[in-house]
Amino acid sequence: MADLPKAAELIKIDHKPKAKGWMETPVNIRPGMYCYAANPKSLDYMGFPNVREWNPLDQDWKLPNNWKEILFEGIRERLGRFRSFKIFMDICVRCGACADKCHFFIGTGDPKNMPVLRAELLRSVYRNDFTMAGKILGKIAGARPMTLDVLKEWWYYFFQCTECRRCSVFCPYGIDTAEITIMGRELLNLLGLNIDWIATPVANCFRMGNHLGIQPHAFKDMLDFFEDDIEELTGLRMGVQYNKKGADILFITPSGDVFADPGTYTCMGYMMLFYYLKQEYGLDVTWSTYASEGGNFGFFTSHETMKRLNAKMYAEAKRLGVKWILGGECGHMWRVITQYMDTMNGPADFLEVPKNPITGTVFENARSTKMVHISEFTADLIRHKKLRLDPSRNDNLKVTFHDSCNPSRGMGLLDEPRYVIQNVCNNFCDMPPNTIRENTFCCGSGSGLNAGENMEQRMAGGLPRANAVKYVQEKHGVNMLATICAVDRAALPDLMKYWVPGVAVTGLHELVANALILPGEKERETDLRQEPLPGMEDGTDE
Amino acid sequence: MKITTLLQQQRTAILKKWFDSVADAYPLETSRFLKTQQDPFANPVGNAMTSGLEGLLEEFAKGAEREKLIRLLDPIIRIRAVQDFSPSQAVGFIFNLKKIIRDFINNIANAQVAQDDLARLEAEIDAAGLLAFDIYMGCRERLYDIKANQERTKVFKAFKRAGLVTEPSEDDPGLTVSNIS
Repeated sequence: MADLPKAAELIKIDHKPKAKGWMETPVNIRPGMYCYAANPKSLDYMGFPNVREWNPLDQDWKLPNNWKEILFEGIRERLGRFRSFKIFMDICVRCGACADKCHFFIGTGDPKNMPVLRAELLRSVYRNDFTMAGKILGKIAGARPMTLDVLKEWWYYFFQCTECRRCSVFCPYGIDTAEITIMGRELLNLLGLNIDWIATPVANCFRMGNHLGIQPHAFKDMLDFFEDDIEELTGLRMGVQYNKKGADILFITPSGDVFADPGTYTCMGYMMLFYYLKQEYGLDVTWSTYASEGGNFGFFTSHETMKRLNAKMYAEAKRLGVKWILGGECGHMWRVITQYMDTMNGPADFLEVPKNPITGTVFENARSTKMVHISEFTADLIRHKKLRLDPSRNDNLKVTFHDSCNPSRGMGLLDEPRYVIQNVCNNFCDMPPNTIRENTFCCGSGSGLNAGENMEQRMAGGLPRANAVKYVQEKHGVNMLATICAVDRAALPDLMKYWVPGVAVTGLHELVANALILPGEKERETDLRQEPLPGMEDGTDE
Repeated sequence: MKITTLLQQQRTAILKKWFDSVADAYPLETSRFLKTQQDPFANPVGNAMTSGLEGLLEEFAKGAEREKLIRLLDPIIRIRAVQDFSPSQAVGFIFNLKKIIRDFINNIANAQVAQDDLARLEAEIDAAGLLAFDIYMGCRERLYDIKANQERTKVFKAFKRAGLVTEPSEDDPGLTVSNIS
């Protein structure tokens, strides 16, 4: 026995990582963990610099000769423009409070996904080039010069952050680490280093009004399909209004709701709610085929791009002469509206302070932006008993709620969605406290990372969320995960397929529409997914 | 001494060594986190490892059942299948247990273990390693299914929007993981 070679010697498997500092650990760009490089045509359309074809796996990224100079100038300019950036570069004491709070760190086990370390990737260069201590002491002061390897590391890890801001909840100094990623990506864009899942939706949205580049007539066609489906279900046509001048409210939702399941059912939910409100209270809501996108991938690109895409919603509201804007179930749209819009394109003085004409509620929180989240709007209607609901139609569902990062942490929308769910469903339970509300774990696919080629990254990043869903599935029999973000609705079904089979994903207003009793509707036999309603299982077999 | 007795008597110590050997395959900062954070929702990887390894050791002590082994291995392998591990690294941690147990036998006085008893245990560990490989492949295939179906659905929907599909009764091509695997 003693003469046998050890197994590890035979196949030379090295289970031990090399004990090196993070600065000496080179970046290893692994397929499955990154998104494809941006299509040059999309970058060119938006007027971004240094447009070219390049491949992250190639040694040569075809950078312009003066790329270091471009970055240096880019950092210098932004330190002057954004006080927050300068402060976030200087004040971190590396206490580590954020270190283990990132879903990507938890899921991948890669220390460079600790928010503090991800930020250090940029800070180390900042110290080297912009601080006296860094210039004199170098590595001792945590500084390092910019090199091609450092640049590749930036690209790899700034696109392994979903800008979800969970880490910033725990920072005792209030550093918003997402803002560092935002700045890192903005700098990478100066060198043409965006990913296609962001760049092409941005170009499409700028040109055509939505991420997929769907033209106005095709947008209407899709809603017409939903009209047909709803008619089959209820016997009623919803009579959706488009581009109607002088309507009370302009409704804008992410285009994912129009084109991607299961968001399409949420979209049908909006249509049914607006029909109800029109019939019962005469509320006049219009959709726009031009401002046909609530999402804003400019937010993941640069401040200027975010501003350009955000502006179209307000331009359309002005053109149509509506009173205020109602926004659909979107994620990052709400962070843009709540935290950036007002100083970027606002204040929207040409609109009225949003007031629900049915209940009289004034949405003080939207006094300046003039844009109200549909969860608040519906919660207000329910609170004032303005909707006739039959929650038993959702009795086949045991629902839990995933707080989408941006509505929860970006605008404090925590109770309204739960209030709505509890009024339209009889079975609801929350996931464990440290995984919900402001502590919510990201879906792992936000901030433009919801592509297909980076599936390992998405599954690893979504592990903490899926782990909490699995817990309520096993403990309470949960079979439906509700959420108020279009990226969640697109990303979470895949996440569930991998980690928690048996749990489906829904938007809030799909549940609302299932329970909503429309005036004049025929007896419903199925839900919006054309699955039999509870108690109707036998009837559909015949 | 029966191997079962050894596993029961030294359970905590063996488990700790095994857990450490798995955790130490991660970079230092991560390994420290995996070992110290006890909250199962803050540290799902560490939690899956703890409960999985504990259950596996119990199974080995009493004679492993295939279904139970699969149930215990799945959460650990499912995680490692998407992390930065080669296939051999992803399943290799199971075999660490052999050396750990032999070290315990050698280091404990009077721990004379019958060779066939030890061989039985090691065969079970080997079997678990093979099952782990099945699970690993299942996880990878699931990932590819998800990717492939995403692309198929995208193309199908584009065709539908363009009016190139005339008889779509469903919004997807009808392929699911369950009916193509």
